[in-house]
Amino acid sequence: MLSKICKKAFTRSLWIYHCNSGACNGCDIEILNVLTPYYDVERFGMKLVASPRHADVMLISGAVTRPMLPLVEKAYAAIPEPKLVFGIGSCAIGGNCWFDTYHVAGGADKAVPVNFIVPGCPPRPEAIIYGVALALGLVDKKAAPVELKQVEFPVDMYLANKAWEERNVIYKVLND
Amino acid sequence: MWVTSKIKQVLLVLKPGVVTLRYPFEPHPVPKNFRGQPVWDHHKCIGCGGCAAHCPARTILIRDLCQDLRVMMYDGSRCTYCGRCADVCPEKAITMSEQYELATNDKNDITLSMELFMLTCQRCGRCYDMEKTNMIDKMGLKGFRYDNLEMRAVIHKATEHFDGNMIEESDRYRRPLKTGE
Repeated sequence: MLSKICKKAFTRSLWIYHCNSGACNGCDIEILNVLTPYYDVERFGMKLVASPRHADVMLISGAVTRPMLPLVEKAYAAIPEPKLVFGIGSCAIGGNCWFDTYHVAGGADKAVPVNFIVPGCPPRPEAIIYGVALALGLVDKKAAPVELKQVEFPVDMYLANKAWEERNVIYKVLND
Repeated sequence: MWVTSKIKQVLLVLKPGVVTLRYPFEPHPVPKNFRGQPVWDHHKCIGCGGCAAHCPARTILIRDLCQDLRVMMYDGSRCTYCGRCADVCPEKAITMSEQYELATNDKNDITLSMELFMLTCQRCGRCYDMEKTNMIDKMGLKGFRYDNLEMRAVIHKATEHFDGNMIEESDRYRRPLKTGE
């Protein structure tokens, strides 16, 4: 659904505004790495712009720190509609190790609505390209929730304990 | 003369050829020892909770639903892919796969939940050797644990015997509000 909207909304190229909201620079370097000739993301028409007013897409890296929180919201408001937000790296998605510390909002989704997430610490440049291609509808989504269950039930502890108690009733009766 | 120099330049540029990867259309292999998404083997896992005790981002949550049913949840959204869980696992049930294409539009796509049948050790309550230097962790995370899976919150409380009240309390757990929220 969202990819369909993207296809209709962004028929031309996406211009990217990169917002560092307190990242360690790992994700920032990987984002810049994506723009190098080796992982040339400009073949999809992407371009890094300096001002949020020129941008269609906002890349957020870093768990949003408390001083950065109003600034991130301001930058998000400055992007013209329609806009997309990418959370790059574990910090932007869930807050990483700092998910419940005092000075961190705990992820970009606490500040602005995040459309796509790219996990990794930092994500590989390929992973970022994959996320971009996913937003453009070039590739299929590979991640899916997994639920694992052990099929065999080894021993029912409750039944075993109950049988043990019932067996020991005779001793209680005898003691009384 | 500039024409020849330009031709020279063009030849020089043509020599190395194209270096750009055709990545999203062709798969790109990862280097050796790459740590991607951790994968659990629920046949090997004994549910000791060592991975949950050692995870720096508290990504792995444990909830004991009753005496012998334990739910473990891996929330990939804040995982650092450090591989610590795979290192400490005594049964080698966790492997770091080579999967890195995890970009989604839904956070729940990168979670993994696992239901385990537990046979608790009658002597110690569990069968896992903690780091002996870290006494606080050793004391705090003992026996039954009741993390809130919906809020993805670790609750630093544990009991030696199964406690229904703790489950109810942790159900109602809400993370304390911070400024700006």
